[in-house]
Amino acid sequence: MPSDKSSMPAATVPVTARRNFPLHWLGVLPFLIFVTLFLIMPTMKIVLGAFQTPDGTLTLDNIRGLFTPSIMAAYWISIKISLASALLGCIIGFAMSAAIVLGGLPQWIRGPLLTFSGVASNFAGVPLAFAFLATLGPVGMLTVFLKSELGLDLRLLGFNLLSFWGLTLTYLFFQIPLMVLIITPAIDGLKREWREAAEILGATGPQYWRMVAFPILFPSLLGTLALLFANAFGAVATAIALTGSSLNIVPILLFAQIRGDVLGDPHLGYALAFGMIVITGIANTIYIWLRARSERWLK
Amino acid sequence: MKRIWAWGALIFGLLYFFLPLIGMTNFSLKMRRGEYSFDAYARVLADPKFQETFGFSVMMALFTILFGILLIVPTAYWVRLKMPGLRPYIEFITLLPLVIPAIVIVFGYIRLYNTSSWLPLTGTIMGTNVLLVFGYATLALPYMYRAVDTGLRTIDVTTLTEAAQSLGAGWVTILSRIILPNVLVAVLSGAFLTFAIVIGEFTMAALLNRPAFGPYMQLLGANRAYEPAALAVIAFGITWACMGLIQLVTRFSKHTRAQR
Repeated sequence: MPSDKSSMPAATVPVTARRNFPLHWLGVLPFLIFVTLFLIMPTMKIVLGAFQTPDGTLTLDNIRGLFTPSIMAAYWISIKISLASALLGCIIGFAMSAAIVLGGLPQWIRGPLLTFSGVASNFAGVPLAFAFLATLGPVGMLTVFLKSELGLDLRLLGFNLLSFWGLTLTYLFFQIPLMVLIITPAIDGLKREWREAAEILGATGPQYWRMVAFPILFPSLLGTLALLFANAFGAVATAIALTGSSLNIVPILLFAQIRGDVLGDPHLGYALAFGMIVITGIANTIYIWLRARSERWLK
Repeated sequence: MKRIWAWGALIFGLLYFFLPLIGMTNFSLKMRRGEYSFDAYARVLADPKFQETFGFSVMMALFTILFGILLIVPTAYWVRLKMPGLRPYIEFITLLPLVIPAIVIVFGYIRLYNTSSWLPLTGTIMGTNVLLVFGYATLALPYMYRAVDTGLRTIDVTTLTEAAQSLGAGWVTILSRIILPNVLVAVLSGAFLTFAIVIGEFTMAALLNRPAFGPYMQLLGANRAYEPAALAVIAFGITWACMGLIQLVTRFSKHTRAQR
């Protein structure tokens, strides 16, 4: 921002005392109308609908209706898949970032890996499911290879792509690169002086990590974990293309509910969607809050 | 020791990423028994449904980009120029589509804009298409706004505006001939990302019943064996191209700036 505002002619500098203040709002009006109509109101409709009966009176019955075994099971498996893919994504992504930043690998690896992460983190949805079906599906490349060359039958070992682990493994394909993209700048921010200071004071490598680097990175790590969790929780397309409707997770259940009211109660659908907002909302609030905290150290 | 760990982590990751990519490519070439061929690609590309749905999604993406630019560039500019105090709030709003899952947003659309509502957008094909473009613009909002706002940060908005005003330029001229060219790289980055998101989007198009590329891929996946793998390769190529173009325009702009 320029600092020489005082020398500018008064005509273009907004002075609070002037009466044209409401006119300024006209500039952001189109944007505000758009987000109100196509972001806020649709969401409010769902949230309010979750607390209403079909004739409009307030009720908690819809929310109570979520606590049936089948819907609870759907939430539970969704949460488990999201948590597992977020945790593994964090660990593997962190290991890869640490490897390229601190591991003494050749410098030229870094650029291509970050570019590839940008691509892979956006390669989600239907095609991603196809890629995994072609690799780990019943006649996929890896399945066939393991069976014919090594005599390992994945199916006999209990692996099925259309299951908890199958979906987790597939989600990792966009979770790991997202972690790499977010955490690499944070690892870059670890100052060499901190390490040297710790070593001068006699700290060993693990001690430096445990008592210096990890506490500094902790908000970033936990925040990214929350972001990855929300990312996986809202994913619909990959799950539907991969499993059809054979796996009972919340996004698939909601999709079927919107298509054909499978729950037999439209307002239970609102409650289902409201539950999704609450869960991704909590996760994202954690992310935003922790990111603000972590930026204090990493400037 | 440290280096062994580093190589181990990297190779593990790369193996994980490349196996599915190799798997899908390999599978897409195996349609003819016993030899590699491009039959699956030929079959997909010749499918009139493919051409229709792909064309539809490209159109939707272009309209989304156009609408996004028209909506976001003036807003971000205006906020920077006249209402900097509003910036945190606008930024918060633009992040909301990351918090609210797309399936919930489109659920709201269906309930809010159905045939018996005050704005019956889903009643006509045209209306539904418009609604879909708005939905995509909402999904792209976090990326587009951030890209444009970052671009605006690198130029001196106030001085440029005042210089243009003293030469007699109106708001439209300032936006289209001063601001937009200066943030073009940022706008293009946002546009390519939007394209990558919209082209294969499934949830919104499927629930609004529009013949887009995403639902077509899903349908083909449920009924065919080799064609989906070919589609996955094509989709990966498109994503890769979009990201490559972003890198390219960014590098290009750095180059021109360094020459000055």
